[in-house]
Amino acid sequence: MANQRAEDHAAQERLKIKSTGLMKKIMKRYYFQAKMAHWLRKKVAWITSGGPVEPLLAMNVIPIYPENHGAMIGATKMGGALCETSEAMGYSRDLCSYARADIACSIVKGGPIGGLPRPDFLVCCNNICGTVIKWYEIQARFYQVPLFIFDTPFNHAEMSPAAKRYVQRQMQEYIEFLERVCRKKFNEAKFQEVGLRSIQAQRLWQQVLDCCAHQPAPMSAFDAFFHLALIVTLRGTKVVIDYYSQLLDEMRQRIEQNISAVPNEKVRLLWDNIPIWYRTRWLSDKFSQHNACLVADTYTSAWSGVVHLIDENHLLDSMAVAYSSIHLNVSIDQMFQKIAALAQKYHVDGVVMHSNRSCKPYSFGQYDLQNMITQRLNLPVLIIEADMADERNFSESQIETRIDAFMEIFE
Amino acid sequence: MKQLQIFEQVIDRPSEYCWLLKTQTHRKIIGYLCSYTPEEIIHASGALPFRIFGHADSTIRADAHLQAYCCSLARMALEQVLSRGLDFLDGTVFSHTCDTMQRLSDIWRLNSGLALHFDVVLPSKLNSESAFRYLVDVCYQFKKDLEAAFRLKITDEQLSESIHLYNLIRQGLQELYHVRSQHPGAISGKEMDLIMRAAMRMDREEFYQRIMDVMDHLKREASMKCAQNFKRLILVGGVCDQPNLYGAVEQAGAAVVWDDLCVGSRYFQGLIDENADPIEAIAKRYFERVICPAKYRDPNFRGEYLARIAREKNIHGAIFVMLKFCDPHAFDYPFLKDHLDQVGIPSLRLEIEDPQLAIGQLQTRIEAFVEML
Repeated sequence: MANQRAEDHAAQERLKIKSTGLMKKIMKRYYFQAKMAHWLRKKVAWITSGGPVEPLLAMNVIPIYPENHGAMIGATKMGGALCETSEAMGYSRDLCSYARADIACSIVKGGPIGGLPRPDFLVCCNNICGTVIKWYEIQARFYQVPLFIFDTPFNHAEMSPAAKRYVQRQMQEYIEFLERVCRKKFNEAKFQEVGLRSIQAQRLWQQVLDCCAHQPAPMSAFDAFFHLALIVTLRGTKVVIDYYSQLLDEMRQRIEQNISAVPNEKVRLLWDNIPIWYRTRWLSDKFSQHNACLVADTYTSAWSGVVHLIDENHLLDSMAVAYSSIHLNVSIDQMFQKIAALAQKYHVDGVVMHSNRSCKPYSFGQYDLQNMITQRLNLPVLIIEADMADERNFSESQIETRIDAFMEIFE
Repeated sequence: MKQLQIFEQVIDRPSEYCWLLKTQTHRKIIGYLCSYTPEEIIHASGALPFRIFGHADSTIRADAHLQAYCCSLARMALEQVLSRGLDFLDGTVFSHTCDTMQRLSDIWRLNSGLALHFDVVLPSKLNSESAFRYLVDVCYQFKKDLEAAFRLKITDEQLSESIHLYNLIRQGLQELYHVRSQHPGAISGKEMDLIMRAAMRMDREEFYQRIMDVMDHLKREASMKCAQNFKRLILVGGVCDQPNLYGAVEQAGAAVVWDDLCVGSRYFQGLIDENADPIEAIAKRYFERVICPAKYRDPNFRGEYLARIAREKNIHGAIFVMLKFCDPHAFDYPFLKDHLDQVGIPSLRLEIEDPQLAIGQLQTRIEAFVEML
């Protein structure tokens, strides 16, 4: 018996991704530094997850991501209570749960890290949604700080020359804005350095994700959701490059040693939309029980999916175009192309879509995508109705039944 | 008012009106959903701009494309086109507004079966020179797209004529609003709503003639009607696809004397400069017009605007008409309410999930609210 337990324990340990501990340390240090920013005489800017952060780093500003904070709030199951606080302030329960939780957090200083450090200014890029504009307006009023909107026209078709001119011009305006609020000149050389590091980090992250094309996959999308935090919050810094290099080595070793995320991987699935943060473990276990691994997703690749559009010799201009071209800023047909490419690259057998009440630009169109996937790719699709950070919108028994029924298709 | 009967057909039986127009004049008809659509350009091409509202008996077909947490405007508009209720349209134009409309455009393009589809992706921020340049570019592109689709040339003269007509219409509507504000009850809320909606659908020349008739009539009658002591209300929101609301307000002893709606004052505010380059001038009006919450100008703009308008119009109370699942308006609500509170104007929030539902429950809340004023 004792032997058996020891063996089980060893097997469990073998499965664990070792870099995880380091990652937690890096994130802790990042938030600690951010909280001490004013003491360190550094400025703090809040920025949207898909916003051009590189100019901020070049100006020595600490970027803070309310969306990453929202994910942490979700993962620590504090979303429901914070959302309720904002609902008491008059915000409708139907609004984005990241925004609701964040608005509440500013006032009650709650959440897993006792609220975010006060911003000196805000940078909002609407390449992910229109919601962020409303959300950042609220925070601009609350903190009485300047707000820069980086407006990225939506691409129903190919990006127009007019849109390109517009976003490239805004990159200049963004820099002028930074010079004004930071009261110093923009450092071109430093920006170049940060930009190249950002590109390198995006490529490394993509390589990490690419490891999951291997059968069986050395990690799952649930792992990717976790390790994603660095490419979101710290891209452009050296620590990200070091970390992803290490993670990549670990993934390659796992492949060599035939260690997989799901021990007996039989079914390979693709995830669409933002994770259900408060249920990642539950969902991961649930799919594992069916010997299914979520090997790829449309979400984590958003931070590397446009790196090919960045030209190292024309960083500012090409970045403006790249940031405008991300997965959420394109039409359903273009999203389908992306899903089709992922499905082929990662050899998936089916698709799981999270219909996310909080994220309309990600979720509306999923029914049409479902049809395209079943008809053109001949893959089964499961749609789960939930919410990314408000755990009150999760019906366990209903979702469990749906997953069980879906998995029967593969038996 | 019998002068209003002419407007009813295009609102209640739009197919009949549009098919008749098409057979008689062979005019193209282009549908649109948002007050940011530069309809003057459509009009100059010879086509009729036709605004689609959120009216449908069911949403069975739309439910296969949009989740339950999508607003009724998008669902019902989609239902109309999927149930072939908009077959008289030659195409549709989507001007960029909110996340829902952005995705609805894709779903519409893939499923509507209409021949033409245009996306006029306006800027979301309307406060910089580069945003204005981009808006001008987008309007030029839209003109080109229409020219290509209809195989014709839109001349500056045609644009100027359309601009002139639209200016007359907008001035006319504004004047009607002033009559309504000065003589509450002279024209009922439901009647004004009907006129506004017809303004976005009817043949515009004819519409202009007809509102002139209405105006003449009102000028003769208005003085008689202003004796009643109405509580003066403002409606705030996007679309108000609930015309029965006005009746409920009036029954409670109040009158809507102004609004901040995209089917109301936001539609007619701001005239187009008739002496400038037509496309630039059109773009300038949309750039400078009072913004809707899906557009950004400055974080405080809408609150300050609403408080100012409410004071100017001697408003006693405000009703927020919130379409359930409409994010931009829901985000602005606490802030707007706050601004009204600061100037001592009480407000009531009505959330409307399905405009088809009976007004009963809303009526009770409206009565209680008006009583309190």
